[in-house]
Amino acid sequence: MSGGVDSSVVAGLLQRQGQRIVGLTMQLWNQRRLPELTPEGGATGRCCSLDDVYDARHVAQHLGIPYYVVNFESGFEEQVVKPFIDDYLSGRTPIPCTLCNNFIKFDQFLDLAEGVGATRIATGHYARLGFDDATGRYQMSRGADHSKDQTYFLFGLKQEQLARTDFPLGRYTKPQVRELARELGLPVAAKPDSQEICFVPNGDYAAFIDAYFRERGIAPEKTQGEIRDRAGRVLGEHAGVHHFTVGQRRGLGIAAAEPLYVIATEPANQRVIVGRNEDLLRATLTAKDMNWISIAPICSPIRAQVKIRNRHVAADATVWPLGSNGATRIEVRFDEPQRAVTPGQAAVLYSGDLVLGGGWIE
Amino acid sequence: MRRFYFDHNATTPVSQSVLEVLVAALLEVPGNASSIHQDGQLAKQRLEAARREVTALLGCDPKELVFTSGGTEADNLAILGSVARDLGAGAPHSHVITTAIEHPAVLNPCRELERSGVPVTYILPGPDGVIEPGDIRRAIRPETALVSVMHANNETGALQPIAEIAAIAHQGGALMHSDGVQAAGKIPVDVRALGVDFYSISGHKFYATKGIGALYVKKGANLRPIQFGGKHERERRPGTENVPSAVALGKAAAIARGTLPIETLRLSELRDRLETGILSRVPDTGVNGVSHSRTPNTTNIYFDGLEGEALVISLDLKGFAVSSGSACSSGAVEPSHVLLAMGLAPERARASLRFSLGASNNEEQVDALIDAVAGSVAQLRKLSPTYTSA
Repeated sequence: MSGGVDSSVVAGLLQRQGQRIVGLTMQLWNQRRLPELTPEGGATGRCCSLDDVYDARHVAQHLGIPYYVVNFESGFEEQVVKPFIDDYLSGRTPIPCTLCNNFIKFDQFLDLAEGVGATRIATGHYARLGFDDATGRYQMSRGADHSKDQTYFLFGLKQEQLARTDFPLGRYTKPQVRELARELGLPVAAKPDSQEICFVPNGDYAAFIDAYFRERGIAPEKTQGEIRDRAGRVLGEHAGVHHFTVGQRRGLGIAAAEPLYVIATEPANQRVIVGRNEDLLRATLTAKDMNWISIAPICSPIRAQVKIRNRHVAADATVWPLGSNGATRIEVRFDEPQRAVTPGQAAVLYSGDLVLGGGWIE
Repeated sequence: MRRFYFDHNATTPVSQSVLEVLVAALLEVPGNASSIHQDGQLAKQRLEAARREVTALLGCDPKELVFTSGGTEADNLAILGSVARDLGAGAPHSHVITTAIEHPAVLNPCRELERSGVPVTYILPGPDGVIEPGDIRRAIRPETALVSVMHANNETGALQPIAEIAAIAHQGGALMHSDGVQAAGKIPVDVRALGVDFYSISGHKFYATKGIGALYVKKGANLRPIQFGGKHERERRPGTENVPSAVALGKAAAIARGTLPIETLRLSELRDRLETGILSRVPDTGVNGVSHSRTPNTTNIYFDGLEGEALVISLDLKGFAVSSGSACSSGAVEPSHVLLAMGLAPERARASLRFSLGASNNEEQVDALIDAVAGSVAQLRKLSPTYTSA
């Protein structure tokens, strides 16, 4: 229970069904750390803030269910925050929500829930789960509300995790969920949606990374460098590759005749490479650490729609297994070139609403 | 579901006879104890009668007791009220010695002193959770103004050698404060024999209400107020006296004085039954800290290979209230700073639970708790990535 509308409605729905439920909130990050990031002193409005815990507790009290806050701060820092920072410094654009889902929420947290006597966990994700008797696999589909669909962040879930998980909101749209919240009389029915990465204030991840290094007393290595075009001409300077992500247009500080976009970052020599929009188009990508959900690992090419970032519209492609070892890597060949294929993001494969699986873009 | 309460070091329920005098005071004593009329006089009489009961528990003179809003205020008053912070340019700094195992109500006023320029030395305990008096002696400086060491630790129950430490403090020219919140009402306390200058107690730790406590201030000990207002409590603690709560505290003190010898024995037998039961039934467990010199109601046990937080939740869902570590502001659990200071590995500190017994507990409850602990630990260890049975 994050204290938001979605997980609160989940609790209300399950209780209405007569399930015995326990509310749990994960304490993931101490919002009083890195105070320079929130000069207004307001560790508010973000996940793990005291306000959100207050709201979650209020909902639990309203429903009359046992409720606990459980501390996962150290696991979150090791398995989400540090890899997040490492990715940016290595020129990749990470998805911390997926790391959290894979290693905290549907792993350590799920084990804790089972340890205290729960048989299953339910979360407020917009995704649907089913079971295919023919293959004996748990299957995942996009949430009925495609605008809220969260399957892109859930591609890493293994079969044994899905077996113990429920996504009760998958069949609802967000407006329906808000209506349910009002119907259930939940005190958070009108609370705004949260958007950003929960531990990064105002979405300024570069400022977060800088503050994190200052807090740990690590002198930032030389991160500034040159901005070059594809021909190797130096066009300007930058304050660190972690300020840039592929496809980014803003913040380059270069006056040019036509719009310039980041087309790659090269952390080895601290270079940011810029080019024209069409330089961002790629017809193929490879992805690693594939997790197959609704189908078994492929051994021959399949047709699929492939999503390369959360806001991307899944594009038609042929997916080829690489190597002989159960398709842990794939090559995706798009029918039409796609803009800004970004290392560190995920390639998630769909067949209609069905989530086939996904992996990390190399 | 029946609920069994094993967290008496966190707080205790108000006892029936305390409740009766509290309600009677609320109904029958509406006056302001500082008023000169008869309504005021009645309130003053009840207040002073309560004060005498409390001082009888502590072995001091009624003039030496200041009522406060609780243990935290008593600790703050003793520390911030006895250590001068603004000594003027060129004056020697004062200095404070305390320990790493104190309650936040002592640690945080000390941090506040540090922020205003007063150095503070934090003494570490031995692995048994007990402070070595020699360590205090070595930390004393000519400018040391105050030594503050708790009488009984809230997490382990370990009793500290207060009399010895007070003698060392006085030899060094410093005043001595002891936070007795976890001792008063649980073990006999004689502030004169301890030789302390200040001693804090809290009502809700021994069956009085929340929101009332007291500070013993030895006659002649220099103490300035830390809040400012009327001339209550001999100008050491302003604010209209909380007569009903003081009456409750007085009653709880009187009861404790009467029942202490028997209840101490009863609770230590129950505690030992619990400890022996858990240690014999559940493998890879042990007691944290000293096993002999501790409050009779407390045991702190580690359960290797699991998270204490999960065990607390599991037991709570089965109807047993116990505690682990200390709650942070969100309500999540942080590993106990006391256990960490004793040198426990962080994993073991996080795998530790405190059981603190009290008046409501009996053998049947203890046996039910042992069963519940054995079941919950087995379930959690089955899922633990780190636990492999020996």
